[in-house]
Amino acid sequence: MSTLASSRVLRAASASWRPVAARLDRSAGLVFILPAVLVILGFSIFPLLASLYVSLSRLGFSEGGVELKFVGFDNYAKLLFGIDRPHFLGISGPLTPIGIAILTAVYALFAFLLYRYVRGPGLTVVGLVGRVLATVIGAALVWLIVDTVLTSGRPGTLAVTLIYVGADVSVQYLLGLGLALLVVQRLPGRRFFRVVFLLPMMITPVGVAYLFRMLTDTSKGPLYPVWAHFGLTDVSWVTNPWGARLAVMIGDVWQWTPFIFIVMLAAIETLPQELNEAAVVDGANRWQVFWRITFPQILPATSTVVLIRLIEGFKIIDLPNVLTNGGPGTATESLTLHAYTIWRALDIGGSAAVAYMLLIVVTFVGIAYVNLFRRRVAALA
Amino acid sequence: MGIIRRRSGSVSTTTVSLPAMTLSYIALFAWAFVVLFPLYWLAITSLKTPLDVNGGPFYIPWRDFQPNLDSWHYIFVDLGEDTFRPYLNTVVVGLTSTAITVILGSMAAYGLVRMRYRVTLGAIASFAVGLAVTVALLIQRWALPLAALAGLALFVLLLQTVARRSKRAVGNDDIAFWMISQRMLPPVAVVIPIYIFFQQLQLLDTWGALIISYVASHLPIVVWLMRDYFQSVPLELEESAAIDGASPYRIFRSIVLPLAVPGLVATFLFVLVFAWNEYLIALFLTSANAQTLPLTVAAQNATRGPQWWYMSVLILIMIGPVIAMAIALERFIARGLLVGAVKG
Repeated sequence: MSTLASSRVLRAASASWRPVAARLDRSAGLVFILPAVLVILGFSIFPLLASLYVSLSRLGFSEGGVELKFVGFDNYAKLLFGIDRPHFLGISGPLTPIGIAILTAVYALFAFLLYRYVRGPGLTVVGLVGRVLATVIGAALVWLIVDTVLTSGRPGTLAVTLIYVGADVSVQYLLGLGLALLVVQRLPGRRFFRVVFLLPMMITPVGVAYLFRMLTDTSKGPLYPVWAHFGLTDVSWVTNPWGARLAVMIGDVWQWTPFIFIVMLAAIETLPQELNEAAVVDGANRWQVFWRITFPQILPATSTVVLIRLIEGFKIIDLPNVLTNGGPGTATESLTLHAYTIWRALDIGGSAAVAYMLLIVVTFVGIAYVNLFRRRVAALA
Repeated sequence: MGIIRRRSGSVSTTTVSLPAMTLSYIALFAWAFVVLFPLYWLAITSLKTPLDVNGGPFYIPWRDFQPNLDSWHYIFVDLGEDTFRPYLNTVVVGLTSTAITVILGSMAAYGLVRMRYRVTLGAIASFAVGLAVTVALLIQRWALPLAALAGLALFVLLLQTVARRSKRAVGNDDIAFWMISQRMLPPVAVVIPIYIFFQQLQLLDTWGALIISYVASHLPIVVWLMRDYFQSVPLELEESAAIDGASPYRIFRSIVLPLAVPGLVATFLFVLVFAWNEYLIALFLTSANAQTLPLTVAAQNATRGPQWWYMSVLILIMIGPVIAMAIALERFIARGLLVGAVKG
């Protein structure tokens, strides 16, 4: 509907203009978008291709300097099947009953969704291939997490990153939206809270990481009485994998909830009020007003902010690096930190391969998200 | 703009009952505490001596420990120039790159919301061929401008001939997704190519390199966020302006942008924050001259362990201006800007 109307806008606009201006108007679409496209294109293509090439090669030392030797898919093979497999994919253990139950439930859901699509209207070849592929990759990722987390094995950096992203983004969204709803109320002092709630986002991520290292210190940090109460002052809690991961996640939630908060706040503030007023006049309660009126209208902004946080969340590095140095072992290491550590060890090809694996996973998650969620939201709006 | 009216005063839906108000305040103060306590800890750490910090948790100045300004003195006087230069760099790079990003990004976002784009697969293929030829020529040790020109010429040639037959095309959504996908590769993977890129342009350790990097890497975020805000601007306003003879540029500048001010402010604020705080790209692209503050913060992690007291001072002076800006801009994220616009 909007495209139809916009072409009407354009036609109407250019109808009565002098020739030059009319020409300008017709090319307005290009004028609007081209600067951004050129900047992004100019800046992104070279790094993208260069790091792809690097991921297919190995850094070697030769006479008179260093050289990149093309090795094909060796770096990827090393991650998926070779020596780096435990680091990247983790170590699997025998499945537990709970794991089997979860796997069965998730796979049944996937199968049902696929079945519903096949039987439903709008079946296309591209759509079917895309969904089958998405189901397979999704199933593999779920299996990876269940197989390494819920068993005696241990998760690799891929599973850890997925856990971070899943937990962080959902908690951040719930908190951010809740806080935004609280401060749009006409409460005295709400401007104070609005500014205060933004603060964590404004600290440089490296700074947040050091701040949390300070706060979580068991002998000098402010939580010392708590640790002392449980007799934990001499044990470093970061020796516990889940304790360390939890600390990283708390830090991430603390820092990035404001991002979702401010976007949701701006989205709610931009909404026209007539509908709410009409609903209240008709006797709707606050919950109904939110669920039936406000929420559908902020869904587009929701889907955007969640996508951005998903993409950014996959790149988490500062917190695990500074807070736990990826430890104990590699328990808190994210994919980006993984790429960074082997990059520091001068395995630049391997590092680029990890980065590309991350790119593949994020692209998959992003495309699946856009197709399954965002398109549907756009259709609703 | 007589049709656009601001509305202030209370709105019936938002009057809050007493129990709801109490619960709201409890939740608000709880989160405010969660947010403010770490910052309080930063503030008192900046007033402690290393001995106080390492001696155990001391919570309240004057009661638990004697506050002093040694760390502040060190950062402002002893480091002096080494604090102020990064500070200036951060301010200049942050504001400039954010302004450019928001302008270019909103334009693109408006285009993506209100215009219809079709990029044919033929055009994309032509571009890929041109790019491949350029790369091949570069590997054959051609000079960069020459190779780029050859690739461009081939691209234009193909575009005007073969690509014209292509019917299948990608649309606005695909363009938007392509943009955001540029943020998916982690910075670790791209810093070396970016370093080489700016080395070739001889821009290393300058504001220019950082500004270009930040504009390019933050544009997708601006485009995505502003798209949603523009979408919520009533189409009727734009249509009636167009019928009155306003050009698309004028509609954009005089109607759409003013109505999207809350979104613009929010977007400006956190693109500024991203640029202000960026660490990894700055680490690679700058050394002495253009170094920014996040590097100074990280540099306080010396061989003797993190110098918490200096770090705290630096973090505090870093967030100062951003907080000031947030307070100044907060009122723009105000409700009801659009109320009544359509009815008029």
